[in-house]
Amino acid sequence: MTGEIPKSPTAPGPRVAIIGGGVCGLGIGWRLAAAGCRVEVFERDKTGRAASWAAAGMLAARAEAEPLEDTLLELNLKSQRMWPEWAQEVEAAAGMALDYRDEGTLIVAVTRDDVEQLHFHHELLRGFGLEVEWLSGAETRRREPFLSPKTSAGVYSAGDHQVDNRKLVTALELAYLDAGGALYEETEVTRVEIANGAARGVFAGDELHEADVVVLAAGAWSREIPGLPASARPPIRPIKGQMVALQMDPSAPLIRHVVWVPGAYLAPRLDGRLIIGATVEEKGFDTDVTAGGVLNLLLNTWEALPGIDELPLVESWVGFRPTSRDDAPILGPSPVEGLVMATGHHRNGILLAPITIDAVSDYILKGRLDAAVRPFGIDRFRLSEVEQRGAA
Amino acid sequence: MSNALADPLTIADKSFTSRLLIGSGTYPNQQAMLDAIRESGAQIVTVAIRRISLDGGGETVLDALGGDYTILPNTAGCYTAKDAVLTAQLGREALETNWVKLEVIGDRETLYPDTEHLLTAAEELVRDGFTVLPYSTDDPIVCRKLEDVGCAAVMPLGSPIGSGMGLLNPYNLEIIRAQTALPVVVDAGIGTASDVVLAMELGCDAVMAASAVGRARDPVIMARAIRHALEAGRLAYRGGRIPKKRHGEASSPGRGVIGT
Repeated sequence: MTGEIPKSPTAPGPRVAIIGGGVCGLGIGWRLAAAGCRVEVFERDKTGRAASWAAAGMLAARAEAEPLEDTLLELNLKSQRMWPEWAQEVEAAAGMALDYRDEGTLIVAVTRDDVEQLHFHHELLRGFGLEVEWLSGAETRRREPFLSPKTSAGVYSAGDHQVDNRKLVTALELAYLDAGGALYEETEVTRVEIANGAARGVFAGDELHEADVVVLAAGAWSREIPGLPASARPPIRPIKGQMVALQMDPSAPLIRHVVWVPGAYLAPRLDGRLIIGATVEEKGFDTDVTAGGVLNLLLNTWEALPGIDELPLVESWVGFRPTSRDDAPILGPSPVEGLVMATGHHRNGILLAPITIDAVSDYILKGRLDAAVRPFGIDRFRLSEVEQRGAA
Repeated sequence: MSNALADPLTIADKSFTSRLLIGSGTYPNQQAMLDAIRESGAQIVTVAIRRISLDGGGETVLDALGGDYTILPNTAGCYTAKDAVLTAQLGREALETNWVKLEVIGDRETLYPDTEHLLTAAEELVRDGFTVLPYSTDDPIVCRKLEDVGCAAVMPLGSPIGSGMGLLNPYNLEIIRAQTALPVVVDAGIGTASDVVLAMELGCDAVMAASAVGRARDPVIMARAIRHALEAGRLAYRGGRIPKKRHGEASSPGRGVIGT
């Protein structure tokens, strides 16, 4: 791995070009601009309207822990611990609230099969050493009285919180601009300029924007950016997720916790929106909201929370999780000098925002990579092989 | 000693040293899938035609698997014969194989096969040049009809898809094994290694495992268990179990003891 970040002779920090104006790109830009770097963020669409906007904002390191993902769990937990203080910092910089909520997350089981599955999951979480609490059906319904009377068990995770990710996008954009960063919306990077094995900047249209450091934070599109050599093309694919939002009465919401029902999760916002997600589909960049997708989300929700019946459905959308082969992010240096990765966050982009943003900007400013993110370099994949297969 | 090469699994015109068909969904992530499949020793990997990205947009499951496996497209998610036939044809075009694991699901609660539509679709696909491996109930008559229409194997279920309840009716599987000349692949319901051993001991030719591996607490370790179970079960079948008796029979020789 190349560790050297070249210093610009005229500025206090390196000149930085960031590809992707989502939460990661804006956040890294904010930190660097605030430290005095000349920063440019290039966003092919409007800022933060891809995965950052589509997300549910769950900060659920515990409830979402999965088999064989111990290393990722450690990173998730570390970022989760950073969140409360980090949220306050963003709120102060942007002058707006992020609607951080700390009621915790409740996983509920309805049928006998659900209970068996929840037992299995509970044991897995306990095996990871996570603090989660088994609840009876009655205890579960006491926490959320609108849950179906059929609710037969639950697991409560007090440490899994949520944030309004759309507010986070807006706040980071404000903070970034306020710190003096330059933002190019609807501006596609047409090529990463690389000479002698080092990044020199990016082309937007025909214009070269010179930079000492190029940050790849293009989410699900990160693999498609022209100009990247095979060894620095992150192995990322889009995983489609369909979601819907219902509108609750904010003064009398149906639920207050983030609730996982079998086959869907529900994130209640302070403004009364109930975010319901999400399908998991290997469908490339297919943007269709489908009958089956919405049917499953609503039916699965209704089985556990019948009170949704008369709520207005106010929005439906599709997002693309930027997913690497092991579902873990790709962070830090690449084989190309000055090309830094901040991508591949799968479903954990909002959760991992603090550690990604702080570790990557720290690395660019100081040349030192936080030990916590070191296992997540692009060098953990054998890329040339796959590229050959892909080309064959 | 086992000699896998001398005891191959043959389906249509292809031979395999492994008796496992393995799924590509349900794993915690793609790397876990690759590691588990490698550990399982499987040579046949099923992919759901309707649930994979056929037009790229990133690294697909097929890119990741590379050319190391026989890809068996399935029609998971189809509820009518018409739907299944169209999906199979789409899979043939995209994956350049005329093999198909035919699934026509009857309802979303049990995920049981719809036998009437299954037979219709199987017949049509065979006529269209497909090598058809149909997922069916464990009904010997249904399996016989599937053989009659020209399927390349029969794939009776052990229990409902994803239920992990094992082989609920081993007697039917035995009957199916006895009456057909086709390979019998136990599909659906495998929960753990002992289910696989039982399927092999009954004389079934292969086992399909998906959730049993992908949803296990450690899919890679479970994949290895399944591989060993296939070998143990197959060898036990070939070795031949002793009869079950109601009373004990000393395993030490009864004659030639000192004093007699």
